[in-house]
Amino acid sequence: MGIFDIFLLEAVINGLLLGGVLALLALGLNLVFGVIDVVWICYAELVMAGMYGIYWIHVVWGLPLVLACAIAMVGVAGLGFLVHYLVISPILGSAPINQLLATGGLLFFLQSFATLVFGNDFRNIGLRLPVIEVADMYISFARLLAFGAALAGMIVLYLFLSRTFMGAAIRAVAQDREIMAIMGVNTKKVYLITSAIGGGLAGLAAALLVLQYDVHPAVGLSFGPITFMICVLGGLGNLLGGFVAAFIMSQFITVGGFYFDLEWGYVLAFVFFIMMMIWRPQGILARRR
Amino acid sequence: MRAGAARSRAVWAAGLLLLALPPFVGVPQYFMHIGVLVLIWAFVYTAWAMMGRFGLVSLGHGAFMGIGAYTVALLWNFFGITPWLGIPAGVVLAVLLAMAVGYPCFRFRIVGHYFALVTLALGEIVRLTIVALRDHTGGSLGLTPTRYGEGTSLYAFQFADKEVFYGIALILWLTGIVVWRLVDRGMARYALVALGEDEAAAASLGIHVTAQKLRITALSAALTALGGGIYTQYLVYVNPNTVAGVAVSLQIVFAAIAGGMFTAFGPTVGALITIILAEGLRIAFGAEIIGLDTTIYGLLLILFIIFLPKGILGGLLDLWARRGAGGSPGPTPRQAQAKPAG
Repeated sequence: MGIFDIFLLEAVINGLLLGGVLALLALGLNLVFGVIDVVWICYAELVMAGMYGIYWIHVVWGLPLVLACAIAMVGVAGLGFLVHYLVISPILGSAPINQLLATGGLLFFLQSFATLVFGNDFRNIGLRLPVIEVADMYISFARLLAFGAALAGMIVLYLFLSRTFMGAAIRAVAQDREIMAIMGVNTKKVYLITSAIGGGLAGLAAALLVLQYDVHPAVGLSFGPITFMICVLGGLGNLLGGFVAAFIMSQFITVGGFYFDLEWGYVLAFVFFIMMMIWRPQGILARRR
Repeated sequence: MRAGAARSRAVWAAGLLLLALPPFVGVPQYFMHIGVLVLIWAFVYTAWAMMGRFGLVSLGHGAFMGIGAYTVALLWNFFGITPWLGIPAGVVLAVLLAMAVGYPCFRFRIVGHYFALVTLALGEIVRLTIVALRDHTGGSLGLTPTRYGEGTSLYAFQFADKEVFYGIALILWLTGIVVWRLVDRGMARYALVALGEDEAAAASLGIHVTAQKLRITALSAALTALGGGIYTQYLVYVNPNTVAGVAVSLQIVFAAIAGGMFTAFGPTVGALITIILAEGLRIAFGAEIIGLDTTIYGLLLILFIIFLPKGILGGLLDLWARRGAGGSPGPTPRQAQAKPAG
C-alpha cells in the first residue's frame, strides 16, 4: 500500500472534516472550561437536547430547517445559562470535581428525560445531503458544512473575545477571577454570559450533527468522551489548542479506522490522549512557564 | 465503653443473621434476584468509594469491572479454565492496568478533573477494545459463558439456584465492608486523608504520595474486577455496555456518591436506592415508561451534590451526630479540599 493510496487520502481528508465537527464540539466546552474552570460533563447532552429540539421543531411542527436550527441554538444557549444559574453557581466555591459531578447528575437527567419523552428510537430529520465526488474520493457535504461552520464559529468567537468590551471582560476573568472581581467586573454576569455562549455553541454543533447523525438518548455518550479529551489535549481553555487537538484526534480515528476497525481508531486516539496527558499535561500548545 | 462495644457487636451479629436469612425462608425468586444484584453492585460501589473518598475520583472503573468480567468468561469459553482461576486472573490484569495508568498519573501529579478525564478515557479504551475484538468477545452483542453440565457446578462456578448466589454475593459484600474497615483502621488511612486534602503538605510530612495512591488504587481496582467476575458468573452473560465504558463508570460513581462515599455503608445505601427506585417505578408504572427512574435519579444527584455532599447515609449520620453531641461536625473532606482557584 503506497503512501499516495487514494483511499488513505480519502481517509485523511475525511479525518480533516471530522476534525471540523469535533473542533466545533470542543469550542463551547473549552470556552466554559477556560473562563469558569468548570467541566460540563453534560456538554454532549446539551448537544443532544439541541438535536432533539431541531428534530421536534422541524419534523413535528414543520418549520423550515434553518429556522429550527436558529431556535434550537437560542434554546440551548438558554439551557447553558440555566446550567450555570441552577447547578454551577450554588457550588462554585467547592472543589472542581464537585462541579463536574453535579453536571454528571444533569447528564443522567437530560439523557433519561430524552428517553422518557422520545423513547429509545433512533430519529433523523429525513434529510440526506449529497456526497461530493472529487477525483474518485467521496466526501460528505454535511461534514464539509460542519468544517466551515467550525471555522466560522472559531473566527466569530475570536473576534468577539478580542474586539468587544464583554469579550475583554471574559478574557480577563479567565486569567484571574479573584482580581477581576476586585477590579469591579461583575463576574457573575460574565459567567452567565459565557455559559450562554457555550450553550449556543453546543446548539450550533447540534445543528451540524443532526444533518449527518441520527439522534437517540445515548448519542451524547458516543461523542462526549472524545470531546473532553480534545479539550484537555489542547490545554483546558486554550481555544486554538483545542482546535488543533481536534484535528490530531480525528486523524487517529479515521486513519486508524482505515487500517484497522473504527473502534481501534478510537482506542488509538484514547491511548494517545493518556500518553500526552502524562507527557504534556498542560496541553499541546501551552507556553512553557 | 465495654458495654457499648458489646452492644455494637450484638447489633452486627443480629444484622448479619437477618441478611443471611432470605435463602432459608423461601423468599420469591424475584426478590432473591434483586437481593443478589444489590449486594454485587454494593460491593463494586464500595470498591470505588475506597479510593473516591480520598479525592481520587475515577470515572473509569468500568475498565476494571470489564476486565474482571471478560477475563473470566473468555478464559472459560476458549481455554476451559475454571473461574476459580479465571477470576483471580482478571483481578491481576485489572491491578496491572491500574498500576500502568496510575503510576505515571500519580508520579506527575495528575489530580482532580484531569485524573477523572484520564480514567474516563481508560474506561472507554477497555469498552472499545472489547467491542473491537468481536471475533472472540461477540462485540456489542455480548458473550455467554458456556454452560457446564446441568448448570450447577462448583468447578464451573455456575449455580442455577439464586439462593446459592445470594450466599456468595453476601460473602462478597461482607468482604468489601471488612476491607473498608481494615483500610479505615490502618495507618495508611491517615496518610491518604492528608494527601486527599493537600498533596504538597502531605509530601512534606514524609508521606510517599505516589506509593500511597497506587496502593489504594490497586486495591480498589482489584475489588472492582472481582465484582465484575462474580457478576458474570451470576448473570451467565456479559455485555460491554453494562460492565465497561463510560455509562457503567458513571453509574458506579454516582450511586456511590448518592449513598455517601465517606461511610462504609454509604455505597451500599446507594445501590439499594438506585435498584429499588428503578424496580419500584417499573412495577408502579409498567415497562413502557422507560427513563422515569433515571430522570428522578439524575435530579436527586444534582440536589445531593449541591445540598448533601456526603450523600444520603453520610447526611443522616451527620444529623444524628449533631443531635447527639449538639456540636457542629467539622468540614466535610470535600469542602476541605476546596482551594481558591489561581
